[in-house]
Amino acid sequence: MALLKTQDLTAFYGNFQALFGINITLNQDETLAIIGANGAGKSSLLRSISGVLKSPSESILLDDKPIGHLDADEITSLGIAMIPEGRRLFPSLNVEENLMIGAHGKKQTGYWNLNNVYDLFPALKEKHNQPGTSLSGGEQQMVAMGRALMSNPRLLLCDEISLGLAPVVIKNLYEAFPKIKKCGASLIIVEQDIVQAMKVSDRVCCMMEGKITLSGRPDDLSMGMIHAAYFGEEES
Amino acid sequence: MIFLDSLIQGILLGGLYALFAAGLSLVFGIMRLVNLAHGDLIVFGAYLILLLVSLLNLNVFVATLVAAPFMFVLGWILQKFILNRVLGDDILPPLLVTFGLSIVMQNVLLETWSADSKRLSAGALETASLTIGPINVGIMPLLIFISAIVVILVLNLIIYHTSLGRAFRATSDDPVTASLMGIKPKNIFSVATGLAMIVAIIAALYLGVRSNFDPSIGPARLIYAFEAVIIGGLGSLWGTLLGGIIIGVAQTVGATINPEWQILSGHIAFLLVLMVRPRGLLPRAFD
Amino acid sequence: MSYIVKVQTTASRMAVIGAAILIPVAFVLPLFASRSLLQDLFFIFTMLTLAQWWNLLAGYGGLVSVGQQAFIGMGAYAMFGTVILLGWDPVPSILAGGIAALFLALPTAFFAFRLQGAYFAIGTWVIAEITRLTIAQWKQLGGGTGTSLPRSATRDMMFVDGIKVLFDTKTSVARDILAYWLALILVVLTIAAIYWLLRTRRGLALAAVRDNLQAARSVGVNPNKIKWLTFLSAAFGTGLAGALIYMQKARISPDAAFSVVDWTAYVIFIVVIGGIGTIEGPILGVLVFLLLQSILASYGTWYLITLGLIGIFVMLFAPRGLWGLLTENTGIQLFPVQRRLFMNKKLSKEK
Repeated sequence: MALLKTQDLTAFYGNFQALFGINITLNQDETLAIIGANGAGKSSLLRSISGVLKSPSESILLDDKPIGHLDADEITSLGIAMIPEGRRLFPSLNVEENLMIGAHGKKQTGYWNLNNVYDLFPALKEKHNQPGTSLSGGEQQMVAMGRALMSNPRLLLCDEISLGLAPVVIKNLYEAFPKIKKCGASLIIVEQDIVQAMKVSDRVCCMMEGKITLSGRPDDLSMGMIHAAYFGEEES
Repeated sequence: MIFLDSLIQGILLGGLYALFAAGLSLVFGIMRLVNLAHGDLIVFGAYLILLLVSLLNLNVFVATLVAAPFMFVLGWILQKFILNRVLGDDILPPLLVTFGLSIVMQNVLLETWSADSKRLSAGALETASLTIGPINVGIMPLLIFISAIVVILVLNLIIYHTSLGRAFRATSDDPVTASLMGIKPKNIFSVATGLAMIVAIIAALYLGVRSNFDPSIGPARLIYAFEAVIIGGLGSLWGTLLGGIIIGVAQTVGATINPEWQILSGHIAFLLVLMVRPRGLLPRAFD
Repeated sequence: MSYIVKVQTTASRMAVIGAAILIPVAFVLPLFASRSLLQDLFFIFTMLTLAQWWNLLAGYGGLVSVGQQAFIGMGAYAMFGTVILLGWDPVPSILAGGIAALFLALPTAFFAFRLQGAYFAIGTWVIAEITRLTIAQWKQLGGGTGTSLPRSATRDMMFVDGIKVLFDTKTSVARDILAYWLALILVVLTIAAIYWLLRTRRGLALAAVRDNLQAARSVGVNPNKIKWLTFLSAAFGTGLAGALIYMQKARISPDAAFSVVDWTAYVIFIVVIGGIGTIEGPILGVLVFLLLQSILASYGTWYLITLGLIGIFVMLFAPRGLWGLLTENTGIQLFPVQRRLFMNKKLSKEK
């Protein structure tokens, strides 16, 4: 049984349509990378799944149950956590509070708690008392990842983790993924950094103009095919 | 000596204004909502205590305790069924709805209680006083001031040291991301307004014990509360207490010079602070 | 393909024709109408003037003021002041009222614009209170208890003699006719001025500032200038109305002239119920207001409770008011300010 499935998923911002019938399936313990250019609809897809954008009820299924109509907070309590684009730490909360709020009112138990998050990102431990927004970009991203992990999600949605970060910092962050996967989370990773995304994923979907233009296993896809799906040009 | 006396009276009066303001400050801090009916809700609270006192023959303090859960529920309902529906990027609808509510409440109180002024009686406590050296301090004003400090301590404890308070702050920062954490912003708003109404009933108790009240005095209380919040700086409850003290001192000192200047002096103190420090005396670092 | 921008609609052309007929009729109305009808219309015109100015502030400018009573009171007291202290005729004193309100608006805006968002509302209220308390100290104008216009001033008022002769009537009736005409001129000029303002580039900028401050700034709109302009013109218009209202009442007190219920609450309800952010809304609102008043006025508090509840109900369920409900179904616009794009068919065919 698929963990998550979207069926002809559409999304709108007012009159503007961002997604045109997206069909993806994510199996348990699988990692799916979604790549594509700016404005291809990648973030809209994650925002729809996480409930920030409203969708028709049947267009998103979790364990074959429709969840499209649910609010973001209800979806979170079903075990879907999101690392939002731009990290979005809470400025009035310190690092530790930012992490703890990830577990707000959650019943799920699992590996992730404050100590284990600090083990994963030791840099955060010594700064646990500082305002979250006073940290460096990479450290802020660690807080955002830790915050999402604190809910012990079954499905973790990662939106542009590498955005605005130096390559060495990105590499560091991506080194956390094997551990995250081992602890029982399936992942959907939205990325512009194709190389990093392909490295950790089992499958890749490429999006363009609100549609999926290509999908397959990373090893089966040539750079040329990705290039074509990415920019909508014929393979040269 | 007269000035020292009015200075102390003013500081103690500031405690009452801080109590008027704390609920307003809390609600604004969390949802950027200015409730124009806040003063009228306090006056309503005073009538509620009066009703309980006369109906059940309770002591005013006990009556306040009895009224508190009722006020919480009232605030919760008000937020959930009315204010949550109009909250959004546009500040107009919530302002107009609470303004309408203010007019409705004043006139409902007028219809049910008439325009005659009423008072809550705290018995012997009202006249008791404490002599410290050359200064005579009433027990009641002192109790009001201490209550204000306790209320602010408790509110800060909730805001900074509980998971509810964490959710308050997170929702205030960014409601969308807060909902990704499993927080329902609208529920948080309802709880916050309920909490503000508990503070309002404490303010109502002391409003009624300290002076006469009638259905028309709500807006003036709203204005004092607002001035205290702005002087103190948005988001700081201690700043609000400081703001209340400044208004209180300005009023009592002004009244010592000329009784007709009492209210005016408070307003002018507010304008002076607004001119020199538009963000208040103790502003939050970010906003 | 080419496009043309249109503002006019069929309904708006009909409105122009309607106005061209109605305004002259309104001017000659004192020939036929009863005195009480003229008094009712005076009330409608002055309330509508106040409603239009408040609507410009809040509905178009996003400046929700609950302190407009400051400008009513200031305008009225300045009119009384120039009559009592300087011996002016009440009619030109009305202009002094408007100018005084304009001057009060300068410090008011200076302070209130420092307050962000919703706190602006209470800020304006504070200024109104300060003005009321200060004027109540002014003993020559009756202090806290108020005063009346001197009998000599009201008897010898400009134009009154002429109207007496023209209509062959008593002084008191002639005064009512004069007040009626002045109110009619004021409301027509108010609507014309606001409509003109909204159709100019400044009006566009105003909407831009309300809808998105940052974006407006980035396209070169100076939001501060627009806010000041709006606030000052609303204060001037409100001050004129205040002076005129109290010229007709001939008796003033601080509590009445600075009443938040009479001069702000009623006005807000008129605009909200009629439809905020439109010129038509307040016109419809003032009619509903008058209707409710004639039904409920004898119940005092119940009247205000009903108005308040209707206001809340409208904000919750029909935030664009009665006029909004009407246009949603019909698309009628009497005072169109939107620019609408039409494809120019002729030109596109040529291509």
